[in-house]
Amino acid sequence: MVEVRVLSASGQIGSGFMESSFARGISLRPHVIGCDAGSTDAGPYYLGSGKPHFPRAGVKRDMRLMMLGRQQAGVPLIIGSCGFAGGDAGVDWMLDIVREIAMDEGLSFSLATVRSEQDKDYLKNCLREGRITPLHPAPPISEAIIDRSAHIVGMMGHEPIARALGRGADVVLCGRATDTSLFATVPLTMGAGAGPAWHAAKILECGTAATVIRKRPDSIMAWIRDDHFDIEPMDLESRCSPQSVASHTLYENADPFLISEPDGTIDCSASRYEALDDRAVRVHGSRFIPSGRTTIKLEGAERAGCQAVIIAGVREPYILRQLDGWLDAMRQRFATRVEEIFGGRVRSDDYDIHVRVYGRDGVMGRLEPLADQMGHEVGLLFTITAPDEPTVDSIAKTFAHFALHYPIPEWGGLISGLAFPMAPAHVIRGEVFRFNLNHIVTPEDPLEMFRIELLDV
Amino acid sequence: MFDRHLGKRPTLGELAKLIRSKNAGAFTLTFDVMFETEEVYREVLRSGVLTKTVFAALYRVPEEDVMFFTHDAARAIKISIPRPAIQGDRDDGDMYGGQQHAPLVDLQLPE
Repeated sequence: MVEVRVLSASGQIGSGFMESSFARGISLRPHVIGCDAGSTDAGPYYLGSGKPHFPRAGVKRDMRLMMLGRQQAGVPLIIGSCGFAGGDAGVDWMLDIVREIAMDEGLSFSLATVRSEQDKDYLKNCLREGRITPLHPAPPISEAIIDRSAHIVGMMGHEPIARALGRGADVVLCGRATDTSLFATVPLTMGAGAGPAWHAAKILECGTAATVIRKRPDSIMAWIRDDHFDIEPMDLESRCSPQSVASHTLYENADPFLISEPDGTIDCSASRYEALDDRAVRVHGSRFIPSGRTTIKLEGAERAGCQAVIIAGVREPYILRQLDGWLDAMRQRFATRVEEIFGGRVRSDDYDIHVRVYGRDGVMGRLEPLADQMGHEVGLLFTITAPDEPTVDSIAKTFAHFALHYPIPEWGGLISGLAFPMAPAHVIRGEVFRFNLNHIVTPEDPLEMFRIELLDV
Repeated sequence: MFDRHLGKRPTLGELAKLIRSKNAGAFTLTFDVMFETEEVYREVLRSGVLTKTVFAALYRVPEEDVMFFTHDAARAIKISIPRPAIQGDRDDGDMYGGQQHAPLVDLQLPE
């Protein structure tokens, strides 16, 4: 009976793991070591800007231990979604870290990069051929939207990773990949059951998230066989229970039983969870239902402008009674002032002043059932967005002063209606981005959207 | 099983092991309500304190937008809805979607 042992160092490179846990994993003779490095969870900024979410020093610490463990075990190391968003900039950033570690430690090996940033002409052609379809819910798509995206990545499945390994790579640095694919590739290649391989991969990708009490991000290992897998955290003080493992398919998934992958669906509806001891769990009955075609999910981010924020408090009861009216009126009147300043060069649809009211519905917006309740004070967060930094700086400075003294009818005389906790009242945040795609591409070949390159390090 | 509450009807927050919300991708919000024991899980399901209809009314979203699941092995109720604003867009105030579950915590079990 085949048994493929897969070691997940941590749920996220840069968030850490204990050296002792990882060392225990290496001593259990894994066939592959994997670690996810990305997500969309922190927002569109990272894909849009190409900048990493985790600090270089933390990523280097984790990667060094993984590279040394890989050398010792003599097995492949696969990193998914390098640099967080998985764009080409993220792969280059990770490659630089890997080269530095190899130099420091005197390591040499074969490395593959598998890039997933998409060519705009390719995507526009796919759109014209009707090979791009929306998921639910999806924003509109057009050639113009593709053109104005800062970066677009496709989420690779296991095929491109398998191809890189097949060409002899010891270390694979993936661009955007499904979290599961980097853990499922070796088990699938070695002939483990597809259902157990994909379901185990789903648990592995979050590290110790599937443990009973997650003390900290740490290493976890799966033993994947024909019709079941076993899972166990590497820290002996940490444990999995049938409920903790079963619960994991709830996390960050819309549907707790069905998880979409490029080549099909992981079906956990008939999975059975059994305690092997008080720390390890066996899972039977997981299935993988092939869809018979490959679909690659796109993630895109476009620039939304340059943004400044203003934080202010309001305690005045007369203002609080008419808060929305006051805020709306001041922003309408402010448009005239913008006209004056810029002499018509900045039009009203070139900039945006949004306000969020903390203490009422700042957190939940239109989902807030208690939006009619307000305390004796509120916190206001103004976000001012304009095409460029000089413009947003001028607008934010002028608006802070304008809003501070905006009158209410109850008081006859100059008022100061906003309590600014800091000076200057505004802070420039820099460039902001927005997610603009939730679509899938049906490529003609599962490999055509990904670029594999082999390097000697 | 609710004797300890001395006649006061318990809330979902008091009965659950964990109530949380989170993004499921940039376009979907998902809510998990998990219970420690089978007994409490079954009792909560029987009570009807949290159903698709209750959720849709509480969050003022169309019922057809609400995906509602019960997961016996996890002893959990799970609900997913389209995000009211795309993650990180101007109108989104919760990048990770982690604070949208709050109204579920104080739901009181019906008589």
